[in-house]
Amino acid sequence: MPGLKQLAQRPELMAGGHRACAGCLPMTAMRQTLLTAGKDTVCGCATGCVEVVTTIYPYTAWRTPFIHSAFENSAATISGAEAAYRSLRKQGRVDKEINFIAFGGDGGTYDIGLQALSGAMERGHNMLYICYDNQAYMNTGIQRSGGTPKGTATSTTPAGKVVPGKKQFPKPLTEIMIAHNIPYVAQCTPGFPKDLSDKVEKALTIEGPAFINMLAPCTRGWRYPMEESMEVARLAVDTCLWPIFEVEHGKIRVTRKPKEKVPIAKWLENQGRFRHLFKEENRHIIDEIQEEIDRYWELLLKREELSQT
Amino acid sequence: MSRRLILTGNDAAAEAMRQIDPDVVAAFPITPQTELMHKFAEHVADGEVKAELVLVESEHSAMSATVGAAAAGARSMTATSANGLALMWEIVYIAASYRLPIVMPVVNRALSGPINIHCDHSDTMGCRDTGWIQLYSENAQEVYDNVIQAIRIAESPEVLLPVMVTFDGFIISHTAEVLEALEDDPVRNWIGEYKPKYTLLDTDNPMTFGPLDLQDYYFEHKRQQMEAMRAAPATVKKIGKLYGEMSGRPYDLIEGYQLEDAELAVVALGSTCGTAKVVIDELRAKGTKAGLLKIRCFRPFPEAEIAAALKGAKAIAVLDRSVSFGAPGGPVHKEIKAALFGSGSSAGLVNYIYGLGGRDISMEHIHEAFADLETVAGEGTPADAIRFLGLRE
Repeated sequence: MPGLKQLAQRPELMAGGHRACAGCLPMTAMRQTLLTAGKDTVCGCATGCVEVVTTIYPYTAWRTPFIHSAFENSAATISGAEAAYRSLRKQGRVDKEINFIAFGGDGGTYDIGLQALSGAMERGHNMLYICYDNQAYMNTGIQRSGGTPKGTATSTTPAGKVVPGKKQFPKPLTEIMIAHNIPYVAQCTPGFPKDLSDKVEKALTIEGPAFINMLAPCTRGWRYPMEESMEVARLAVDTCLWPIFEVEHGKIRVTRKPKEKVPIAKWLENQGRFRHLFKEENRHIIDEIQEEIDRYWELLLKREELSQT
Repeated sequence: MSRRLILTGNDAAAEAMRQIDPDVVAAFPITPQTELMHKFAEHVADGEVKAELVLVESEHSAMSATVGAAAAGARSMTATSANGLALMWEIVYIAASYRLPIVMPVVNRALSGPINIHCDHSDTMGCRDTGWIQLYSENAQEVYDNVIQAIRIAESPEVLLPVMVTFDGFIISHTAEVLEALEDDPVRNWIGEYKPKYTLLDTDNPMTFGPLDLQDYYFEHKRQQMEAMRAAPATVKKIGKLYGEMSGRPYDLIEGYQLEDAELAVVALGSTCGTAKVVIDELRAKGTKAGLLKIRCFRPFPEAEIAAALKGAKAIAVLDRSVSFGAPGGPVHKEIKAALFGSGSSAGLVNYIYGLGGRDISMEHIHEAFADLETVAGEGTPADAIRFLGLRE
């Protein structure tokens, strides 16, 4: 596994000058992923922020081959490219090793692209799917997705006089992918770059389909100061809202266990999208979120232990 | 050089695909396309083809995977029907705009709802403006011949557009006919190797496919797509001629049957053309100057050729196996009307909607249309120019 210093010396595959917002962690996730994967990587991306900011014709920020087709079909598109590679390789018409990565945001993965993702993983393509999860449809203007946390104020779940933001807990996407029994599933965040890089490296090395869910804070949608993106990402891990772990052939390994679990209120209070939760009448929502975090974290640790046997 | 086979339309398409031996085929089952893919899957299972068969979880993913494969430089195919085509609609447009030479047999079936599994043309007529070339087939022989030609048409550098080869569900797809198939080597040599200029797998020359294309360039790209369509008729004709030199069966954009001196003409697509030809033989035997214009290439629409072919007709009946709701007539009718406008034709024009949801069209129905045309020839286009065949009212 390359160290961060080694990664930093590799040629940049995501060109600067793209049109992402300052403080955009999805783009940091792309950069860290590409530095790890290297130039012989075919990338695809669902419609969304990353696709929009990197490919406004006649410019492209991608120094690897790249394809965008539509919102819900990133996994299916890359599965086709990977099938083409297998076919041409079998015929001796391509000889190099090539990685295949499909990207999608949480909207393109938890929601509209879930079927295509499930199909591609079930078929066993040798590809990696990466969800850059910024917890809402940011590109279209911050609407709630199946990945949006409970209590979040979004454009379609505003904090109103009667309804205090999103009512539901997010869909457990990573668990859904674990249930696909694919060789490798992980959660990480660009807030911990070495951890992210190691997981991408492993996902690409292991034969068969792999899935990584990357929490990627969005300064505009989450409403925190743009210079705090990395801290926000790291605190999500240290509150155990976003445990970083991997499941390799069924074996669970939690890759960071915070010495002291930070209360979730610390993470919520710095983000404008949760401001309404601190009103007296909504405080119970914070408690519910904390309970759910505690429940899942304890369960995850137990499952980690069990999976070693 | 050729082999006489007894095949259904689906088997004929699968036989052509076996010989083409594409690099990637993506498939999802839908009646009546299913048997085509069953047959091709047998070829894969028996190791007779090199294709990677990607058995996707929906038609949307079938077209998406085909787009990904084609962009990666693979000769790529899929096949579908009706609702399957409707589900992949979004990506059908994208495939054409990315100029990917995908070939897709479409086994014509009525679109839901209500659900119906039998033939009409609502599926492919509905996507006549997606930017795909559309070749309609009269019988299993034409299915076989069209699928092979479609590869070369699609991959022609001046065209680079996807091609749909359509044939009538059950009527052609499930009916066995005798057809002449070529040997494998001549087919493979004739279609040659697919050598795309840009591919995703060329990691030393990374290309971005499908960028965001806004007000400043989108329009010009659409204009280029129109230009590819404009170039297509000449290519379809040229390849039809070359195919004829190899197989003895030349093809054109349209086919006239007893049309040169015909005063009463029927215009049709697909299997109905076969029925119309028998009716015309009967009418000719009685001295009626009846003829048929069969449209093989509906997209691009060969406007000038059609106007020229119908020049001598005094009355024309256009048979439409689909509806264009709210429009003045069926889709074929509207195009014919447009082609005749300004061509100097003074023919009376009647539109017959027929065969929706697999309703049978018999020789009697076509006789009925010709009988009407006798009146129309004398009196011109009637006030009730949109009529039906075989409908209970």
